[in-house]
Amino acid sequence: MSSVASSSSLVAEAQLQTMIKTRRKLPSFYASLGILGTFLVVIVICIWWFGANIGGSIFVRDLPAELQTRTKLYLTSDSPIPEPRDLNCTFHNYSCSEVHHCGYDDSTTISVYIYPLQQYFDEKGNDITPPMSREFEEILRVIANSPYYTNDPETACVFLPSIDLLNQNFINPDQVGKILASLPWWNDGKNHILINMLPGSPNNYHDHLGVNMSKAMVAGGGFSTITYRRTFDLSIPVYNPLLEGVELTAKPFEEERRWFLLSSQFGLHATYKAQIEALTKAESTVMMMDQCDSQNFNYSIRCDYMGHQYSYPEVLQDSTFCLVIRGNRLGQPTFMDVLMAGCIPVVVADGYVMPFSEVLDWTRASVHIIEEHLPIVYDILKKYSPERIVDMRRQIHYYWQRYFKSLPEITMMMMQIFNDRFVPFVAKNSDEWNDLPNKAAFKSPLFLPIKAPKAVGFTVVILTFDRIDSLFQVVRQVGRVPSLAKILIIWNNQDIKPPPLADWPNIGKPLKIIQTKFNRLSNRFYPYDDIQTECVLALDDDIVMLTPDEIEFGYEVWREHPDRLVGYPSRLHLWQNDTQSFSYESEWMNQISMVLTGAAFHHKYYSFMYTYGMPGNIKQWVDEHINCEDIAMNFLVTNVTGKAPIKVVPRKKFKCPECVKEMLSASSSHMVHRSECINMFIELYGGMPLKPIEFRADPLLYKDNLPGVLRKFRDLGTL
Amino acid sequence: MQFKKRLLTLTLMCTTLALAAYLIYTHGILGGGSEQASNAHRRSIVRLEMPEGRQMGGGLGGASQPGSNQRSFLLDDIPGVFAQDAHPNVRDRSQGETAQDWRKCHMETCFDFDRCKNGFKVYLYPRQVPVSAPYAKILSVIERSRYLTANPHEACVFIPSIDTLDQDVLSKDYVPDVGTKLRAQPYWNGGRNHIMFNQYSGTWPDYGEELKFIEQGILVKSSMSIDWIRYGFDISMPLFAKNHPQSGGEMGYLHNASNSIPSIRHYLLAFKGKRYLNGVGSDTRNVLYHIHNAEDIVLLTTCKHGKGWEKLADERCYIDNEEYDKFDYQKLLFNSTFCLVPRGRRLGSFRFLESLQATCIPILLSNSYELPFSEVIDWNKIVIWGDERLLFQVPPMVRSVPQSKILALRQQNQLVWESYFRSVDAIINTVLEIVKNRVARHLVRPSYHWNSVPGAHVVLPEWSDIPNNFPFYYKTFGETPGDHFTAIIYATSAVTASSPLFRVLKMVAKSQYCKKIIVLWNCDVPPPPSSKWPTDLGVPVRVKTRDVHSLNARFLPFKEIETDAVFNFDEDVLITTDEVDFAFGVWLEFADRIVGYPARSHYWDEALAKWIYTSKWTNQFSMILPSAAIYHKYYNYLYHNFLNPLILSKVEEVNNCEDILMNFVVAHATRLPPIKLTQRKAHKPPDAGTPPSAVAASKAVETDQLRFQQRQECLEAFVENFGYMPLIHSSMRMDTMLYKDPVSNMRKKYRQIETVNS
Repeated sequence: MSSVASSSSLVAEAQLQTMIKTRRKLPSFYASLGILGTFLVVIVICIWWFGANIGGSIFVRDLPAELQTRTKLYLTSDSPIPEPRDLNCTFHNYSCSEVHHCGYDDSTTISVYIYPLQQYFDEKGNDITPPMSREFEEILRVIANSPYYTNDPETACVFLPSIDLLNQNFINPDQVGKILASLPWWNDGKNHILINMLPGSPNNYHDHLGVNMSKAMVAGGGFSTITYRRTFDLSIPVYNPLLEGVELTAKPFEEERRWFLLSSQFGLHATYKAQIEALTKAESTVMMMDQCDSQNFNYSIRCDYMGHQYSYPEVLQDSTFCLVIRGNRLGQPTFMDVLMAGCIPVVVADGYVMPFSEVLDWTRASVHIIEEHLPIVYDILKKYSPERIVDMRRQIHYYWQRYFKSLPEITMMMMQIFNDRFVPFVAKNSDEWNDLPNKAAFKSPLFLPIKAPKAVGFTVVILTFDRIDSLFQVVRQVGRVPSLAKILIIWNNQDIKPPPLADWPNIGKPLKIIQTKFNRLSNRFYPYDDIQTECVLALDDDIVMLTPDEIEFGYEVWREHPDRLVGYPSRLHLWQNDTQSFSYESEWMNQISMVLTGAAFHHKYYSFMYTYGMPGNIKQWVDEHINCEDIAMNFLVTNVTGKAPIKVVPRKKFKCPECVKEMLSASSSHMVHRSECINMFIELYGGMPLKPIEFRADPLLYKDNLPGVLRKFRDLGTL
Repeated sequence: MQFKKRLLTLTLMCTTLALAAYLIYTHGILGGGSEQASNAHRRSIVRLEMPEGRQMGGGLGGASQPGSNQRSFLLDDIPGVFAQDAHPNVRDRSQGETAQDWRKCHMETCFDFDRCKNGFKVYLYPRQVPVSAPYAKILSVIERSRYLTANPHEACVFIPSIDTLDQDVLSKDYVPDVGTKLRAQPYWNGGRNHIMFNQYSGTWPDYGEELKFIEQGILVKSSMSIDWIRYGFDISMPLFAKNHPQSGGEMGYLHNASNSIPSIRHYLLAFKGKRYLNGVGSDTRNVLYHIHNAEDIVLLTTCKHGKGWEKLADERCYIDNEEYDKFDYQKLLFNSTFCLVPRGRRLGSFRFLESLQATCIPILLSNSYELPFSEVIDWNKIVIWGDERLLFQVPPMVRSVPQSKILALRQQNQLVWESYFRSVDAIINTVLEIVKNRVARHLVRPSYHWNSVPGAHVVLPEWSDIPNNFPFYYKTFGETPGDHFTAIIYATSAVTASSPLFRVLKMVAKSQYCKKIIVLWNCDVPPPPSSKWPTDLGVPVRVKTRDVHSLNARFLPFKEIETDAVFNFDEDVLITTDEVDFAFGVWLEFADRIVGYPARSHYWDEALAKWIYTSKWTNQFSMILPSAAIYHKYYNYLYHNFLNPLILSKVEEVNNCEDILMNFVVAHATRLPPIKLTQRKAHKPPDAGTPPSAVAASKAVETDQLRFQQRQECLEAFVENFGYMPLIHSSMRMDTMLYKDPVSNMRKKYRQIETVNS
């Protein structure tokens, strides 16, 4: 202990010199140096005195009052100490943790109880409370102010002793053991979290916190796979307070870096140093730096072998890859520097458990090589493509900002992972942890490439108001389609009752009528429980011209593309240069980007999405204006899948054979409204999801006349 | 400002002095306190001396505020944290702990990476004695692996032919004394770089997991527990039944069942199985009846198994047994949304794979079970974790799973079933892939390789380390394929000015999307001098004469191919520029499939009990021939690097079938049919020139018949090799939007397509 102290004061002098140098540049400070000196002496005496009497810990800001009690506790030489760390503990081990207070049906957030700050004395009255660091204070503060905090130990899921174990060098393991055992809810350490970043001490660098803790969990920096109890312990980074206040200007991800590989760590083992040195001689883009002056600790500068000085951590930004090599400990604070600078860490630490590796996919943001391979690290790294390097930089930036950049992030990350363990059914999956937010990316709810089974068939949902004649005609037509499973009539008329079932055409398939409470367009997309098939055919009550062959073939196409809208009438959006907006086109063009849901197949899940998950007030707007529900559906599906709808068969007229143009679509005001819809939806979606395509789906033998071949789907209309 | 600062300092000084004086007065001493504490003071000095601006950023902590804690866990221990690493021997440090205890093995300490310098090669010891049926299946996978080597000196990993699968001493398949036998293996070396398989360890009553024989070998084992596995070294594999198929295997049930939500399956949660009454693992199943309600939650157990169960029977047994017989296991499995997977005597149970196959979402009740391949598979996307301690939470938990999550769980469930579990081939190849993944560090796969469509086996990390170079990830990463293609024309006959090759060249070169044309010259005569080639094509033409003498060469991933899309043509194919352009546009929408013109099909012949190749026109097709087809260039790489070399040599041998094989590869990778374009039926020019003599004509028919026969044989051989029939039928074709519509041709974009004779 004493040797540490004396070298500390050496460092102190060195620091003072650095400080003086810095301050010379600032005349106002220079002027007040004298006063400052006096001030220092006073503070020193002051702290010394306070320290001697209240054990180095002082009032912790922003902690709930109940934690600030600071009572005194005396431990004797025969106070119990916990059993040694139980190596067989896993999260699911009955004897290692209790789960009955944790989450599940009441809440999906675990509750964390923090023990009030206390002072501990030994028999002789010596204060044996481990000194409290501001970093640990910060961690306590973050948890105490988080949704995880509870002040009720009776209902708490997890317990956090307010004993600072971040640096094992500052604690007396025996005393800490006694303190832990004396905690009122200790219970053999079950459900207790101990937080440690620097395990071991100079005499013996363990890779885990060397304290008797029995069944307590450790969130620790520097675990090896051997000491890490997976699902139970948690590997965390070694936070580096030397980075506080450092601001780095971000470099563009694509920008070339000056060096390919940089080593700038202090205190590297001579073996590694020699190996890296050999690399620097062989490759001009490999760089090694070290302390500028081994007597004066100065973290903010590094020197190369020529003595050229570089400011740190800025210099890390000049390299593509940065070595993070194990020192006496496996976990190195340098890792944080490298992440911050956006340099790709090349971790050389056999058996090291990467921080938060339980959830983070480090293959996307780092390189790991075994210690033996250090001499060939350059060849290994050269295999990474420039594009991959850019991707990794992006990923590092994301990880840093989200999970590492300061103690609050690290602490919350820790708690979130513990939470996921205790409440696993709400745990995030690897995409949610690792995928960069990307507006252009599609997460299709129907991602599995699969041909939907034919036997299940489809449900036709016909929205109707009062056109009984054409409705019955449609029912008769669709009733002849072999794969039809059920007809669902959505009777959107609240004043007139639907005709009694006996009056309906007898089609030999189930038919059900649902009379709605309100006349809304969105009723057509409601996910009725009566729809038991995944495939839904939305049909207007006046689409009398579709033939059973056309519908059956449409179902075939949908089965091959169950994630798309598959339909008959098609439309296109077009950019108009004169109005600088999109217009809606119903002309027969060489492209389409929408199919109208007056006759279109979709997966039932899209009914859920339409009803419960459309952006903004689109659903409400459509219901109020009684228009554009089909455009809304096309936006919805293309936006979530990135896939265009598919137009089936050549037919272009659907309602009556005589009409040149279909009635509703013909009026020009209708077209204007439709264009307005498109532009409004673009705003709500923050972009134009629709995409034009140039093809339609026809039966394989459409228009063929092959002798001896029984052609399917012959009854297709031409226009 | 300056003045204020000084004033503040002065005030502070006075206050502190007064306080100090007071304290000295009351305590009467100046020193005191522990040594530890006084060290702390000195360290505090260090903190104060830190350069300004390096103290606390963003007002996060209290350090910048007077009177708050300045102490730091790291800054106050600078010499300790940044101490020179002076370990006497870094190699010993790394290897030290494991050298004493093989239970502490990890890859860095128990695996010789040097052996893998030549890539990932697997050496299988020659079989000496008969092995159990499941182990024979495992060995058979290795024997057909593309990583197999016959040379132990270039091997990266070794697989013993000694059957270690069943080490339950009470089992009839138990193989005694495997430790001695293994140590006698010529390359044993303490087990280093050896992979050993086990399904059953330990025995009644405690079913321990220890297997002494493994030493420094990698253990691949069913039913591993989290605290026993050497994580990152051993591999947990699924427990599979003796009759688990060698290859192929059942498709996921989602191919037959509706993926509708809310789930239309009759039961919410089901289980049917033995219970053990006492001993290890019995608790979990013994209590299941508590949440059984015989309506939507059906959990059935029976005590009736093994000898003398009546002796142990408790009072519930008779009630349970009666209920048990009321329900059929298969019906429950396929008619339930969730399936309970409780532990048995061991942690893993057959239920697990059965549930995956049935798309019945597993609810795990097997504490500490290390799920199969958990190193790479993200099980959070597939299962719901229960906890044996919280049985009563299971019903509300299951009822609270949102519909959207059920939809996603089912699909992911099918993805992993079909990629990693459906056959012994799939399981063992996954094992090899995981080990390979650890060995070549720069090729470590990111998690999306494993956990998104199409699954890791068909995504070769050697091809590229970014998602953009694969046809599978454009949409999920918000990217699009490049907007040009490279044309490959395979030429086998000498050319004259009127040769079809030059016609094809011109037609293709006119496409606005064509970036480059590569002619693969596989012909007895050398290619004509460049002066004889058509000029003014507007795109570069490369003629390659080297290494193109096998039909496989038309799918070589030449480095000259700089585009994502490859358009493959026969030298004499009939095609127009409009068709080329149209095909490219359609491909952009289906970048993971083969998109093109000539189609073929296959069908199952019940009478012959085999798959039949057909070129007849039917209502569906399953192959698109690369005589005129566009596809992603990755498939060229996959064709040459994924397939077993034997199958490639089959193509070479018959000089035929490369087009069928390519369709197999892509269908296997995507599980999707190709895309057929337009009505064109004639893809070859009719034989021009002098009418063939009767002899020549009959000869031509004969060759045609021979070639057709070869193609039938190829199809059978490929099915055999893949272990199943990957081709999928489609009954649609993509036409241009106004194809053959009775509107003016002037309105149509691709007019050449309108005039093609069908």
